[in-house]
This record gives sequence, structure tokens and C-alpha cells, in this order.
Amino acid sequence: MDKKTHERLVSIAMRWYEQIKEGAIPSISLPTRTKQNIAFDDESEVWKYGDRESIRSAHTAKSALHLLKMSYVIWFLKTQLLERRSSTLRELYYISEGWKRAKFSAQDESNFLIEDLEILTDLQREAFHLRPEEDGATIFGPLRIREMTRRGERVIHCQDDVGEAGYQIPSNVENIKLLEQDARFVIAIETGGMYARLIENGFDQDHHAILVHLKGQPARSTRRMLHRINEEFGLPVMVFTDGDPWSYRIFASVAYGAIKSAHMSEVLATPRAQFIGVQPSDIRDYNLPSDTLTEKDIAALQSELSDPRFASDYWKTQIQLQLKLNLKSEQQAFAARGLDFVTEEYLPRRLTEMGILS
Amino acid sequence: MTLAEDLARQQRSISVAEFFEKNKHLLGFDSPTRGIITTIKEAVDNALDACEEATVLPDVFVGIKRMESEVFRIIVEDNGPGIVPDQVPFVFGKLLYGSRFHQIRQSRGQQGIGISAAVLYAQLTTGLPTIVISRTGPDQKAYRFLLQINIRTNEPEVVAKEEVVWDRTHGTRVQIEFKSTMAAKKRLLEYLKYTSVVNPHARIRVEIDDETYLFERVSDEVIACPQAIRPHPHGIEIGQLMRMLSASTESCDEFLVESFTRVGKKTADEMCRKANISPGARASSLTPVEQKRLLEAMQEVKVPAPPTQSCLSPIGEDLITRGLEKEFQMDFVKARTRASSVYSGHPFLVEAAIGYGGKLPPDGNAQILRFANRVPLLYQQGACAITGCIAGVSWKTYNISQAGLPTGPLLILVHVASTNVPFTSESKDAIAAIPEIEREVTLVLQELGRELKTYLSRRDKNRLQEDRARAVCSIIPEIAAKVAEIVDLPVPDISPIEGKIMKKVVIKKLVRESRIVLEVKNYTSSMGEFTVYDISPDSGHDARPALSIVTELDGEFTKVWKVTLKPGEGWTAGYEGSGGGTVEVRGLPPDQVVVVDLDSQ
Repeated sequence: MDKKTHERLVSIAMRWYEQIKEGAIPSISLPTRTKQNIAFDDESEVWKYGDRESIRSAHTAKSALHLLKMSYVIWFLKTQLLERRSSTLRELYYISEGWKRAKFSAQDESNFLIEDLEILTDLQREAFHLRPEEDGATIFGPLRIREMTRRGERVIHCQDDVGEAGYQIPSNVENIKLLEQDARFVIAIETGGMYARLIENGFDQDHHAILVHLKGQPARSTRRMLHRINEEFGLPVMVFTDGDPWSYRIFASVAYGAIKSAHMSEVLATPRAQFIGVQPSDIRDYNLPSDTLTEKDIAALQSELSDPRFASDYWKTQIQLQLKLNLKSEQQAFAARGLDFVTEEYLPRRLTEMGILS
Repeated sequence: MTLAEDLARQQRSISVAEFFEKNKHLLGFDSPTRGIITTIKEAVDNALDACEEATVLPDVFVGIKRMESEVFRIIVEDNGPGIVPDQVPFVFGKLLYGSRFHQIRQSRGQQGIGISAAVLYAQLTTGLPTIVISRTGPDQKAYRFLLQINIRTNEPEVVAKEEVVWDRTHGTRVQIEFKSTMAAKKRLLEYLKYTSVVNPHARIRVEIDDETYLFERVSDEVIACPQAIRPHPHGIEIGQLMRMLSASTESCDEFLVESFTRVGKKTADEMCRKANISPGARASSLTPVEQKRLLEAMQEVKVPAPPTQSCLSPIGEDLITRGLEKEFQMDFVKARTRASSVYSGHPFLVEAAIGYGGKLPPDGNAQILRFANRVPLLYQQGACAITGCIAGVSWKTYNISQAGLPTGPLLILVHVASTNVPFTSESKDAIAAIPEIEREVTLVLQELGRELKTYLSRRDKNRLQEDRARAVCSIIPEIAAKVAEIVDLPVPDISPIEGKIMKKVVIKKLVRESRIVLEVKNYTSSMGEFTVYDISPDSGHDARPALSIVTELDGEFTKVWKVTLKPGEGWTAGYEGSGGGTVEVRGLPPDQVVVVDLDSQ
């Protein structure tokens, strides 16, 4: 694996070397990474980059600098692979401090560049021995896995062998083997409060559910985990978030992939994932405690109306309804009707409606 | 005795000389400092006018010498046609005596008071007479006059007159001594410099005590002397008309046709009819009421504008540009001469130039050079219509900063030429605000402003391109070095890429087996015509394409190809040999060529 990574990285540098030797200005072509250039791929049922490509050539100072930074990163990754070491994205950003002109001005920039390299090499950043610094999210439910750790293999049951908080998903999900499960579906939950509520109320046991805490916008590892559970066990994945435009994007990135990582949608997205709520219609039907939409909320909703990932009748109706209500509600607003309302009333009713429970 | 009788005894006529003695400021002699400039200005103007009339290239000498602490001797000498001896006393010793006052054409001096005022000023401050030498031709004698003005009568007094030997074949020399200071030396030189700018056909040599300055001519073309024209019916006032009528012996219609420009029989008849005067009536017999009616009728009847070509002498765009370039170092100069136009029956014409950058002071107001009939206007800039027009143009539109006047490394020259330049006062320092003239000045400035804007944006674009290219060229070597480190190969040569980015002509010399190859590529955006020189021990007898020239010296062959390449085109030459030596490109600016000698590496 490392050999392949090494070869692919060096081949990018080799292409530039040949270009320079021939008197050509070094350049590289990449898919344009904007909302306008993601398209639905019928075969894989996820959103991927379209045909639009932009060429980065050292013609302009800005692009030349980008190529310089990319060559520094390739050189660094090559060295890291040879030395069998690894680093985090944040460490990479700090390492660039010593690269003079090629140093990154913000971590976003280095993250973005790594994504460019993933596209160019058709490999995931884990192959470069790079990992995100954030904690993986947690999972709780009737599922048994085997993880390859530095201290050897561990077999863990995600209900019996873990504490109250659940099992923590590692950054490289490829080191996990999914062994067995006794679940009917997966619920991916946005907030920690709701995740803890469902565990405390025993929802996982009552309904044979695997609970996954998304921790806001989910990390790649969390999405990869959901994808694998869905793919390998065929379990339906349900997404339960707050009722505001930002939370819909969380659902969209689980289901269809994110613009930033559209090149990996095929391994990260779970196209069959379904949205439970909080739906704008729930705010109306359950008369949930709510807040008025801010200007930013409204702008985000408007932008979602033109987002290809929300181009379905369901979403159009819901978003337009929300704009009309001019209201948003959090998941935990259900507590207004008692702590058990969400597990006793709302979720069972909603899941039945969606054909998951009967 | 009544008070009126008492007063009557004190009433008497005043001579012009007396009047100007009391009103020196009207003629530009309000201070000793100014007096020196006014004197030189008047004398030089006269000299240039005289040379113009005689169609000779002016050679003017200006000498200033301090005699006592406050007394200066001014000498101005020209190679003009000279003045006949009988006229000399009147020209220099009588105020309001001149040849050009009654003529309608463009000339520097007009009223004939300038130089005689200087004579008067000398007389008043030092009591010394003015010395004039004049000669009208090689076969004529030169005469030397000592002149003064009788202040009471305004008549010249010849103190002495003698024949002298003079090395000039024709010309005039005037020597005046008066009290003054050299406080305005800078301004004086400025005046001479500006004069030289708008009189590029003149050579002006200046000696101030021991310092000498030379303003050399840049054009050997004698400027055509403007021809006098008859007055235009719309540019006449009642007094002048009355004088002309009383002097006439013709009938009214004949008088109108003969005395005015652009008036034919039909127009004359129409004027008479409108004025209710019989065309056949004798012109001199008109009553004052009829005269007034005639003037009114003359204004009412439509008359074509006066001819402007012959009576005006513009400097011309080319000569203004050359005149400016010789005295100022600038990156950009553009001149414009507008078509002639008319105000109140007086033909006039405006020309202007704009200079930018170079050694012009980068901050502060633009330098303004005002001229009227080729004479620099040095004083009262603020009161001048030209200044008003310059401030009135919105310079920000042309990417020039402005605080009232435009600011920055900017020079603005405006020349108003007319048969009758409307000055605000007799000292002729500022042009009056005549709407027709202001309009022309504004238009020419806007035209030039657009030119300047084009230049500035092109310059900025070039600068931007260059900056960008430089930035890229500093990054590419780093990319090359890093990439070479990754692939573990020697650092590649990047000069061809630089040539491409910098848009230059790149020549590469390489050896392929035993064949020497020269490759040239023109990355510039212009046609490249140049010569490739390859000096090495190889004879190049089998060179393809064949050599243009080959010479041998000490076993080294200089191989020469003449190459012409369109933008983007390439050229290759090759010959058998072992290489070595040097290769270069000549015929292009060095900053447009990149030589990559891969053989020598």
C-alpha cells in the first residue's frame, strides 16, 4: 500500500519535472471544486465532481505558489512514508512553518491541498499517513467489531464492552472489521444531549437500534463507519438532527457527500440514509418551542433550494414550509413534552411512518 | 475767482510718458525684480518678432551684468532685419510707437510700449540713456544711438548718434542700465527656457555675469510670418469704425467690401439696408447716428468667420513636443493643436501639450506653462483663464490626482495664439476669461487627458505584467529544486520557462552527439529581427540554414545568422562540430534576450 502511495505521489512531481525540462510551465489539472461542479452519479447514487476541470499552472504567482506548496507537501509525505511515520493535518500545518514561502497561511489551506492530492492520487489521506486531529465520534448499540490497535487485535461489543459513552470510532476505519450485529436500523444523531437521552431511555435495547453520535458536522471516519454498516449489514441509516438549515447539511453530507470531499463520496456517503427530523412540519404539528429564523438561516435555506443535494420534492416542500413558518427548533425541544416523549412518541411514530417499525 | 476757474488752471493734458511713469505696474515695472524680467521679455519678444518678419532663424544674445550693487546692464542682441536709422529714436524713445498695433495678425508685441517703457524705467532709476546699435544690411552702415525720452512730450531725445563698426551684417542691439536685483534669476531663466520651448527655431544664448546658458534650437525651419488680415465686421468697435469711415473716400458699400474681411457686395448691401443707409452714400458723410446704425447692422448680418490660416502661426504638435523634450526629461509627451476659431471677430487658436513622469517633480501641483502668441506668461497664474480651465477639468477621470489643479509629475503647456489676445491687463500676464477660448482650452486638455490616461493604463498594465512575471520567475526555481529533490534527479534549467513568462527571445545551444544545435524562440509580442553570433572552433561550413557571414580569427570561427521571427515563431540551426565557445544575440535590447548555453554546462 505504501509503495503504491509513494509511486503515485512521486509521479506528480515527475510530471512537473518533465514539463520543466521541456521548457513548459509546470501545471496540473484538477476538477473544479465548487457547488456548480458536483453532479449526481446515477450508478453510485452519490454526488460527485462533474467534468469541469481547472488547470493550475505556474503562469501566475498565485498558482505558482500553490504548485510550490504542493511540491513541498509531496516531498514531506514521501519522506514520512519512507520513515514509516504519520502526522495529523494540524501537525502538517505547523511543519510548513519552516517552508519559508511555501508555508501555509491557514490550516484550511493545507487541508484543501491534501484533498487535492487525494483527488490526484485517487487515494485517501490515511494512505499518506495523515489523520485528522479531532476525536472520532461514538457509537452505541448491538454491534460487535474487531479493531487492529497498536497493541494488537481487540474484539469489542458496542453495548456490553463499553461505558456509558459508547465505543469511539478510530480515525482509520479501515482498521476495523465489522463482525456481527443484532439491530434493525441505525440512528445517527446530531447532538450529544439527544444521543445520551436515547441511551438513558434504553432506546437501543427497546428497538434494536445502533446509535451513532455525529458530533455536529460528521468527521470522515463517522461517515465511513455509517457507510460500512449500511453496506456490509444492509441496515437502514436514519438521521436525526435539529430543525434548521445547518442540520440539513449534516444530513446531506451523510447521505450524498460534501462538496469538499465529493471525490470520496463513493466510500463516504450513504445514499440510502433517510432524514427523520426535526422536520419543519414537526415544528408545526407538534407545536415545538422554536426560535425565529435569522437572516443567515434564511440565506442558507435559499441556497439549499439551489443545492443539487436538496433537489427533491420532499426537501423543496419542507424548506418552503420552514421559510413560511419562519421558525426553527432544536432536537431537544421535544423535552417540552416530557423527557420520554421523543423515545415513546415521536421516534416510534416517525419510524413507523417511514416503514422502519411496524 | 471761482473754484472752477481755480481748478481749470490746474487742468492740463498728461503725456503718456508721464502717465506710465506714475503707473509703472500697468507695464510690468512694479518692482525692480520684475523690471529686469519685463525688459528682457520685451526685448526678446521684439527680437523674435523682427526675425520672424525677416524670415531668418533667430540668434538672440541676452547679457546681464551687475555694474554697481543695484545697477544692472541688460544687453539684448538679435540678427533681425535691423531698424532704419531715422526710426530708431521713435522705436525706443517714444511710447506707443509701433508697426504692429494697427495690423490684424498674430505677433508677440503689439502696442509698442514694452521696450520704450524699459528705456523710461532706466531713465527714471539711473538717469542713464539707452544705447542702441542697429544695422539693416551688409551694405549698410551700423549706427549707435544714445536715447532718452522726453517725459513731458513723449518724444525721443537723441543724446548722441554715431556710425560704428559692427560685426553683425544685420540686427539690433539694445543696452539698458537700470536699478534692479537678480532676486528673480530663476524666474528669468524659466522665462527664457519656456520661450525656447515655444520657439524651437530660435537659439538663445544667455550670459549672467560669468555664467552662460544656451537654449539651442531644435528646428531649422523658419516659421512663416503671419499675414495681416483686414478687420472682421464682428470684431469692430464704434471708435475704430468712425475713424475708418472718416478716412474713407469711397461709397458705403465699397467701403465695407474694401475695409473688412469676408464682406462681399451682397453682404455690404444687406448691412446698408439694415442700417437704412443708401449703399451709394459717401462713407465719410455718415452722421453719428447713421454710423451707430451701421455698426449695429454689421453685427447683425451673418458674416463667415475670418480666415485664420494665414494670420495665425501655431507652433505645431511636432515642434511643441520637440521643444518640450529638449528642455524637460519626461516619460510621456503629447501635443495637440486645435483648429482655429473665432471670438468677437478675432481669430484665435489653442494648442496644448501634456508631459508626464521622468524628472518632473513627483509631488505638488502640475507645472503649468502658459503662452500667448509664443510669449511665456510668468505672473498672475491664478488670474489666468488657462489656469481656470486646467482646474476646471476633472483630472481624476484621467487617473490624475487633483486638488484644484492637477497634481503629480505632470506638465501642462497651453498656447493661445490670436490676432488679439485678450489679456486682463496691459502688463500681459493673464488671459481674460473669454468663453470661446475657455471652451477650446478645455477641449484640448480633455483630448490630451484621454491620451495620458491611455498611456498611464498601458504603463500600469505593463508594470503589473512585469511584477507578476517577476514573482512567477522567483517561484519557479524553487519548484524546480523541490521537484528535483523528490524525483532524485539534477535540478532542471528553467531559463526557457523564464523567457516564456517574461516574454523574451530565448536562444538555446545544445550538443546532440556531434551535432551543435541552436534553437531560438520568440516569446515576445513583437516581430524580432536580430543576429545570432556563435563563436567557436567549429567552422560551420555544413550549417543548415547556411551562415549569413563567417569570419575566422586565430582558429575561432564567428558564425553569423540573420534571423527574423514573428511573435511565437521558432528557428533552429545545426552543424557538425565539437561545440564550445560562446553564443549571443545582437540587435535586440539585452533585457529582451535569454541565452541558455546548455553546451557549456
